[in-house]
Amino acid sequence: MTATPEKPPEASSAPPPTALRMQGTSKRFGAFTALSKVDFSCQVGEVHALIGENGAGKSTLMKILGGAQSPDEGQIELFGRRVTFRHPVEAQTAGVSVIHQEFNLLPHRTVAQNIFLGREPHRFGVIDRRAQNAAVTALLTRLGISASIHPDDLIADLSVAQQQMVEIAKALSYDARLLIMDEPTAALANQEVDALLSLIANLKEQGMTIIYISHRFPEIFSVADRVTVLKDGAIITTRDVGEVTVADLVRLMVGRDLSEYYPPRANPGDLGEVVLSVKSAGNAKLRNISFQVRAGEVLGIAGLQGAGRSELAQALFGVDPFTYGEVQLHGRRVHSRSPRQAIGHGLGFVTEDRKGLGLALRQPIADNVALARRGRRPLLSLVSSSGSRSGTSVEELTKSVDLRSAGLHQEAQFLSGGNQQKVVLAKWLALDGSLTIYDEPTRGIDVNGKASIHQLIRDSARRGKAVIMISSDLLEVIGMSDRILVMRFGEVAGELAAGATEEQIMLLATHGGEA
Amino acid sequence: MSVTTPATSAKPRASRFRLPIIWVLLLGIFAIAWLLVSLFGRGDFVSANNLGNILERATALGIVAIGQTFAILVASIDLSVAYLISVAAVMASFIMQGDPAKVPLAILVVLGIGAVVGAINGLLITKARINPLIATLGVGLILRGVLNASFQNFTGSVPASFQFLAYGSVGPIPVPVIILAGLTLLSALLLARTRFGAHIYAVGGNRITARLSGIRDHRVVIGAHVITSITAVITGLYLSSRLRSGAPWIGTDGVYDLESIAAVVVGGTVLAGGRGGVLGTVAGVLIFAVLDTMFNQLGVNSYLKQVLRGLIIIGAVAIYAARSREVVG
Repeated sequence: MTATPEKPPEASSAPPPTALRMQGTSKRFGAFTALSKVDFSCQVGEVHALIGENGAGKSTLMKILGGAQSPDEGQIELFGRRVTFRHPVEAQTAGVSVIHQEFNLLPHRTVAQNIFLGREPHRFGVIDRRAQNAAVTALLTRLGISASIHPDDLIADLSVAQQQMVEIAKALSYDARLLIMDEPTAALANQEVDALLSLIANLKEQGMTIIYISHRFPEIFSVADRVTVLKDGAIITTRDVGEVTVADLVRLMVGRDLSEYYPPRANPGDLGEVVLSVKSAGNAKLRNISFQVRAGEVLGIAGLQGAGRSELAQALFGVDPFTYGEVQLHGRRVHSRSPRQAIGHGLGFVTEDRKGLGLALRQPIADNVALARRGRRPLLSLVSSSGSRSGTSVEELTKSVDLRSAGLHQEAQFLSGGNQQKVVLAKWLALDGSLTIYDEPTRGIDVNGKASIHQLIRDSARRGKAVIMISSDLLEVIGMSDRILVMRFGEVAGELAAGATEEQIMLLATHGGEA
Repeated sequence: MSVTTPATSAKPRASRFRLPIIWVLLLGIFAIAWLLVSLFGRGDFVSANNLGNILERATALGIVAIGQTFAILVASIDLSVAYLISVAAVMASFIMQGDPAKVPLAILVVLGIGAVVGAINGLLITKARINPLIATLGVGLILRGVLNASFQNFTGSVPASFQFLAYGSVGPIPVPVIILAGLTLLSALLLARTRFGAHIYAVGGNRITARLSGIRDHRVVIGAHVITSITAVITGLYLSSRLRSGAPWIGTDGVYDLESIAAVVVGGTVLAGGRGGVLGTVAGVLIFAVLDTMFNQLGVNSYLKQVLRGLIIIGAVAIYAARSREVVG
């Protein structure tokens, strides 16, 4: 994929017209300022990348533009007209379409039914399927994907990349003139990323304005004209992509050097015995997995979406166990066939999907913290909410993770993302295992929350635990890890020492060592 | 440019009308019943008379189960149908009092009652945000209380002309069969071909997605409940025609609430909503009817029938769980 970033057409003397202008836009949630006096504008026909750390305010900006949230103050002008959106449908009607990371599609309905949902062409209530299919075919043809996607295909039968194409087609069907894409390549394989990027270039030629939110620098440099950096709810800068380097952007995003931002790594002398050793293991989704983790060490696992990172965690934790190969814990051969066995072997697993898998959202903090430990007790043993009968009490555990809550009886659903994650960490601290796997430990957590989660992970390593940390955030992997394992297509593509660069990791993640 | 992924290149296009897998099961059960009855039973299983008998057995449950399908498709459920069936049967026969002239009035009144009850169910669920199980159970209990306070036994009677509904025939085809087939076709077309149908699947599949697409989800849920209640009323009318009068226990005696839900689920409609359809439901109802007839002809203990029904409900849902990507409806 080598679409060169284009300058505005040379021939035109006047600057291109403005598609979007936000002025002084602010949004607060209680005491937290998500956006403060943001001025942001896009030109017609431009691909404008928006970058920033989790919690920098990207999603708030996106929600305001998409009509899901209203700004507290500020003005928004869209194609020269002042607008205020109270509902996503209003934004859609005005020509703004948002393509979320999680698609808004009905899996068991067809492509055509999804695209025209709520606006079905009809005669006396009976859907005119011929007209509907013709319109969808025209849209798919315009996107150049009519060969692979048919209007009557079920969404559930399509690949993630194709589903995304359907979302884009749906946006076009609303006559979108401003398309906002949130991490559109997060779930795509390489060749799918290329296809999407050329589709974006194609749309841009047709005059579409696109706001492209992404963490992936190679894509930004390949597809975007300008890039805006958002940090702590404010705009740091807007630059032409040709003027900046990856290093510049990283510094602008983080605002300080990585070494100050993350807790110091382990010294070689701090590392203890090998806790976990995996030798040529695999299952249906994984092949050739071999690596070791030592006590006191943080092993970072990087790789693109679908490279098998979470699958590796699930294999170790007995969710989807290895079917061959050897796993040793403390030199003893073990095989965990269920999470219960893995916990018995001293493993902990902080899952990627905090709300879906890690927490009982409607139960109090205390019960969540005690959950895994209670699982080890006899079935009819009395439980106490303080948990003080044996081991560390829930109070001490929550204090040790610096949990900010209204009390231990507060339901987990009412905590912020960072504090929810601390509850999950406390749950596993309660078991005092020897190896903990963290899958995307700081996803969706604000900057301060992130820093304290990082500190807690490092603290547990310093106490002699072994840590495996999976993350899509390359900066996080680089900043936290004592060693980095890069995965690709279900295999270990390579191993890098602390301080590896983003380029080194991406090279392994995309090409193995071949390129 | 084009997107080609190996996983999707060989996939079949979803055909418009694929018969739900449950019809295969229905044919299998029918064949087994035929075999068993021929070997051990009395009478001929595959005779016009017996087949008509099976379909007539299916009619009462079939009509209300079609309605239940609408409620379940929008991720709701209706536990009030059994009580509403009793109300409709009793009110119809009470108003008619054997007078053919009063038939139209009686039908209008009970259809009106059905529409109101359905609207109340829908409003309680959408506007008052009451869990559908609780809302419809509450409405059902209220109906039962009012009915039992006013009527104790068979009340009034339906005129002979009205009995055409249950006992008449057009040419060789019994009227109940025409009613069931007609309602099935109507509902299937409504769900597959109209905007209202598309919105029912959308709201049941994902209410947020539906709302974000500009669909007025509350109206869709209320509409689905009105349809459910109307089918319960039609079942009530049919039963009063068949029994020649209405009694306050006929709905609950037939366990139409739980049986209709069972038929819907056996037919492949997902309890969580958004997937399924009336063709599956009708197959589920026919399976129950075939089993009933078979057990009658074999002279087997009728409690065993319940055991087999239970097994079939569990077995069907287990099959769906195993092949959860199967297209139904």
